Amino acid sequence: MSDQKSPVDWERLEAKPEFRALLSKKARFIISATIFFMSYYLALPILVGYFPELMKMKVWGEVNIAYVFALSQFFMAWIMAFVYVRAATGWDKSAASVISDQR
Amino acid sequence: MSISLIMFLSFVAFTLLITFWAAKRNTGASAYFAAGRNITGWQNGLAVAGDYMSAASFLGISGMICFYGYDGFMYSVGFLVAYITVLLVVAEPLRNAGKYTMADLLAYRLKPRPVRAMASLSTLTVSTFYMIAQMVGAGVIIKRLIGLDFAPAVIGVGVLMLVYVVFGGMLATTWVQIIKALLLMAGAILLSYLVLQFHDFSFTNFFNAVSHADYAGTAEPKNLLEPGLKYGVAVAGPWGPLDLVSLGLGLVLGTAGLPHILVRFYTVPDAKTARSSVVWAMAIIGVFYIMTTFFGFGAATILKKALILTADGKPDTNMVAPILAQQLGGELFFAFISAVAFATILAVVAGLTMSASASFAHDFYSNVIHHGKENRPGQEVKVARITAFVVGAISIGIAIYLGPGVNAAFLVGLAFAVAASANLPVIIFSVFWKRFNTSGAVAGLTVGLASAIILILLSPNGLFGKAGAIFPLENPGIVSIPLGFLAAYLGTILTPRDLEAEAKFAELTVRAHTGLGAEKATAH
Repeated sequence: MSDQKSPVDWERLEAKPEFRALLSKKARFIISATIFFMSYYLALPILVGYFPELMKMKVWGEVNIAYVFALSQFFMAWIMAFVYVRAATGWDKSAASVISDQR
Repeated sequence: MSISLIMFLSFVAFTLLITFWAAKRNTGASAYFAAGRNITGWQNGLAVAGDYMSAASFLGISGMICFYGYDGFMYSVGFLVAYITVLLVVAEPLRNAGKYTMADLLAYRLKPRPVRAMASLSTLTVSTFYMIAQMVGAGVIIKRLIGLDFAPAVIGVGVLMLVYVVFGGMLATTWVQIIKALLLMAGAILLSYLVLQFHDFSFTNFFNAVSHADYAGTAEPKNLLEPGLKYGVAVAGPWGPLDLVSLGLGLVLGTAGLPHILVRFYTVPDAKTARSSVVWAMAIIGVFYIMTTFFGFGAATILKKALILTADGKPDTNMVAPILAQQLGGELFFAFISAVAFATILAVVAGLTMSASASFAHDFYSNVIHHGKENRPGQEVKVARITAFVVGAISIGIAIYLGPGVNAAFLVGLAFAVAASANLPVIIFSVFWKRFNTSGAVAGLTVGLASAIILILLSPNGLFGKAGAIFPLENPGIVSIPLGFLAAYLGTILTPRDLEAEAKFAELTVRAHTGLGAEKATAH
């Protein structure tokens, strides 16, 4: 399924220092972001399942820690998306410069 | 003719117009399978959100929360957080390196035939599970509304969805989904507004009522904000909490393996638009699931128990939202919400059929049987249309066999577990791990798919019922997802290196991360 019409030297592009730099920047971000959001998210069912008494503590009227923590997950997801898009916009520029001699 | 029937019919008529318009534009495979790759970011965001806010979410989750409180709300949370996985790991590489299906990405540097065959099988399995859930919801709601029996109602939905898919392809499916997403958001906002109005627009009153929810005085008050009503040790036994974690894992990793969500990223012009469409989808989905607080928990403070139980006294988890609409907004609003729920089902089922038939036609028929060459132009699209019929018929059959009592959200949970265990490990490894080879992909897909299904069959919801269950959890994810990853890993390192696949890794990496050589949008 490779592009027959344009003979692209994929190995050369892949070996470019700026592409390697882009990849490691991306990997660093994605790995640390994934560790963060998975821990934050899985903490919810773990705490709710195994420490229900703690999670039932009320923080605002009848609203308890469990609900507040669940609600915070929505904001965590939105903030994460925002941070990712900002980082990715920067990567777009690096990616464009890596392939600039192909167009 | 009742007002709800009129709303039904006008929605159907409108979507058929869209289908007619789309059918005229369907020239060629890229138009049929990927809407010509001309969908914009916000449009695709709405379509992705629409695919996601299915009958299971709207009907199933509001019912779960109404009966089980906080534990039902856990679905809402997992459904949104899951999109971080889609955004970070899957959407952009998929758009950059694929064509029509998930398997395109896998087949890129691995041996196409075995990989596509297995990926196609897993796609069909996930889509069928998911589709049955929607069909069941459809049957229930139509029965309630028009008095049509469950079986004819399911068949009617099946026939309509086939019209969209067979004639309208991805373009019609996408636009039906966009319109439905807007209607559903409007319905959910109005429903939430009416619930808050019932509690005098006071959050204090609202949460007070939820913490002493007594179903309008027809049951002992219970605190629905407290976790544990479904998965707590007292109710579910010692395995309950682990089941909850397993559910969470399946939800958050499953979305990124759902074929009907993945194919949506092929309908946009480039990876950047794929990214922005995930962001749009996350905004819409997040707001929607936060609102389940109002129409889920709220229902338990407003509705009498008798209204939401089935004839034999069991919780009728699929009808809570429409009945709440009826109590708060009268017949007209009931008709609107029911028509929206019906639209939701039609749209989602069409999207599922679309991805299943695309996978069979593109992966299995063209690439496995015919080695990637079409005998006659247009054959792939033709096969996809025929597959749509077969997939539709099978799902209709199973939905009628299972009957109206199954909870839609539960069935969807199972689809997520299969998607997370079979599809996600191989997608991640093929993009990020150079050494990954064909045996690893086949092993990962096979073990992930088989373990998820076998564990479901042995679970308390499976063949032997609660008492005879061999596997104690309802949600298999916590075991089957690691098994999927492990099998993909072992299948790779225990077999010889595939130098050809490793050589193509450079190409895939450059393509995935720069978009060089990606499939282009067709000109208008």
